[in-house]
Amino acid sequence: MKKLLKNKTFLANSRIYLTVIVAFLVMFSLSNAGILSSSWKGYLVPICAYISLAVSLNLLVGICGELSLGHAGFMGIGAFSGIIFAALLKDVVVSDTLRLLLAMVGGGLLAGIVGFLIGIPVLRLRGDYLAIVTLAFGEIMKNIIGNLYAGVDENGFHMAITTSKMALGEGGKYIINGPMGATGVQKLATFPMGFLLVLFTLFVVLNLINSKEGRAIKAVRDNRIAAESVGINVTAFRMKAFVVSAFLAGMAGVLFGLNYSSITATKFNFNTSINILVFVVLGGMGNILGSVISATILYVLPEAMRSLEDYRMILYAVVLILVMLFTWSPKVKEIVSVISAKLSGIFKKKEVETNG
Amino acid sequence: MADYPKNVVQVPTFNLFREQDAGKLPVLDVRNLGIDFGGLTAVDSFNITIGPTEIAGLIGPNGAGKTTIFNLLTGVYQPTRGSVLVNGIDIKGMPVHKVNKLGIARTFQNIRLFSEMTALDNVKVGMHNEIKCSFLSSLLRLPGYYHAEAAANLKAMELLEFMGLADVADQKAGSLPYGVQRRLEIVRALATNPSIILLDEPAAGMNPSETAELMHQIRRIRDTFHIAIFLIEHDMNLVMNVCETIAVVNYGKIICKGTPEQVRQNPAVIEAYLGKEDND
Ligand SMILES: Nc1ncnc2c1ncn2[C@@H]1O[C@H](COP(=O)(O)OP(=O)(O)OP(=O)(O)O)[C@@H](O)[C@H]1O
Ligand SMILES: [Mg+2]
Repeated sequence: MKKLLKNKTFLANSRIYLTVIVAFLVMFSLSNAGILSSSWKGYLVPICAYISLAVSLNLLVGICGELSLGHAGFMGIGAFSGIIFAALLKDVVVSDTLRLLLAMVGGGLLAGIVGFLIGIPVLRLRGDYLAIVTLAFGEIMKNIIGNLYAGVDENGFHMAITTSKMALGEGGKYIINGPMGATGVQKLATFPMGFLLVLFTLFVVLNLINSKEGRAIKAVRDNRIAAESVGINVTAFRMKAFVVSAFLAGMAGVLFGLNYSSITATKFNFNTSINILVFVVLGGMGNILGSVISATILYVLPEAMRSLEDYRMILYAVVLILVMLFTWSPKVKEIVSVISAKLSGIFKKKEVETNG
Repeated sequence: MADYPKNVVQVPTFNLFREQDAGKLPVLDVRNLGIDFGGLTAVDSFNITIGPTEIAGLIGPNGAGKTTIFNLLTGVYQPTRGSVLVNGIDIKGMPVHKVNKLGIARTFQNIRLFSEMTALDNVKVGMHNEIKCSFLSSLLRLPGYYHAEAAANLKAMELLEFMGLADVADQKAGSLPYGVQRRLEIVRALATNPSIILLDEPAAGMNPSETAELMHQIRRIRDTFHIAIFLIEHDMNLVMNVCETIAVVNYGKIICKGTPEQVRQNPAVIEAYLGKEDND
């Protein structure tokens, strides 16, 4: 029976990994075969970034039950620090892939550290207060980044929040130019790297959920008083989840930032935070595969419908409603569970046959 | 008498009930405990010492302050007066999870299970501090994770089996019958490796045969794990049969302490339960 229990989570997790891997292989070979249009090719990396963002936010909102409205803030920290890291490493690290990887780790770490510092005061708050403070955090981050100047000249690296303090010497080059954002960024992000990020995110989040930490987090959400009574330090666990979530969002931000030749801080505003939250809510709270699917669909649809101009948002709203019906309606859930029961029945039979 | 940790100055005046507890440090030593909620004095001058393998009872009419006492003993409320020593250490100012680590675990009058999780996972949450597995090895699934989980599964199943709950291990806690939930809460408390467990009305909502079984199990817990048990219960049959010492509270104050026999015959207790005599 213990084995069966283990298998249940194991099966569920492998289904998630399998879906992602198959989807990647299909898209990758399509794009290599030249079947994919260039606009579709352009969606691939952002999709990966948004999947990671949605999954990492789901850890916070779905698993921990904490409403955070500042996820784009961590994404922005990742994006801009990643752009800086990548620019600084340009002459040091030759391989583009390795440089991207280092930038992602660096951006993730920075976002994680900021998450930790923000978490100290913020995690004392609950419910609506947490939402309000994280919202403010996201906006503050956007504004700080929007006024950030960074560049290199013969004296090395400079960074400032105002123009007056920022005087680059002869031949100096801006990496980030205040409200104009980052321009002339070398596009390092690739689809395979995005795929690896998605895998890594899934690996971390799914492992976290199915460990003693994950149990503690779920216990805190289910019944805080009881969780404390069995010796669980509630604040420490909220902090761990918060930092892991920020770290992953930072990495996704790096990937996203290094996918465009220019990018401004306004991209990482409240709207983006809400969009990611919509992915999570519609995919189902705590449902990781749901987040993956809804992030993909809900990112691609409005982009693909750009040609429809004004009707785009109406259609988007309709899609939102349909997705909501599909993921939440008990009828649909029932149908899905019946089908999956049947499928697993077939699966089991086959297993028995092969065993016997 | 007993050897206390150095930093605690003690006046050992207690007289432990069970012979094998004599001369040992009491697992719970409560002195002059009191708490006020605004103008209401919910608990006042509450004193008790409980030996390492004692089964003690706490009874009293509704609203007497029994649950409030448990909340004080576990750090849920900070007392207005007095002190609580768990294994000789003052819990003053400690957060609830630290108090638990000192060796005191509890169940709740209104059941507080993790209802969305399986019975097995409820117990494993109880074992949280015992599972030695770093955050990193959980995240990256290092070998340490698998060892720790396997050991935890084994012990959790043993504990469930001990309370006769092995066959509901993979059922959602919230979907279990009431009596089973109460016993699962006990298992979860035991999983924290306590030296004393506090049971708040463990037989509430149980039928007579479940209660009889529970009485047997409470003794078995003490005899197997060699821990103390302090329980609140309205079922007098259970209290009188299982408890070796009983404290009776009314309006937040102890009105009588002693063996079941002494308590049963105490006029103050009879008055508290039956009202002033006349119509007897
Ligand atoms: N947090 C609180 N704030 C204010 N008053 C409280 C609080 N907790 C308990 N009380 C009051 O303290 C008194 C004792 O309550 P308590 O729950 O301890 O009683 P009890 O002996 O457990 O009763 P029962 O047998 O019904 O469970 C009651 O009058 C209650 O209203
Ligand atoms: Mg009570």
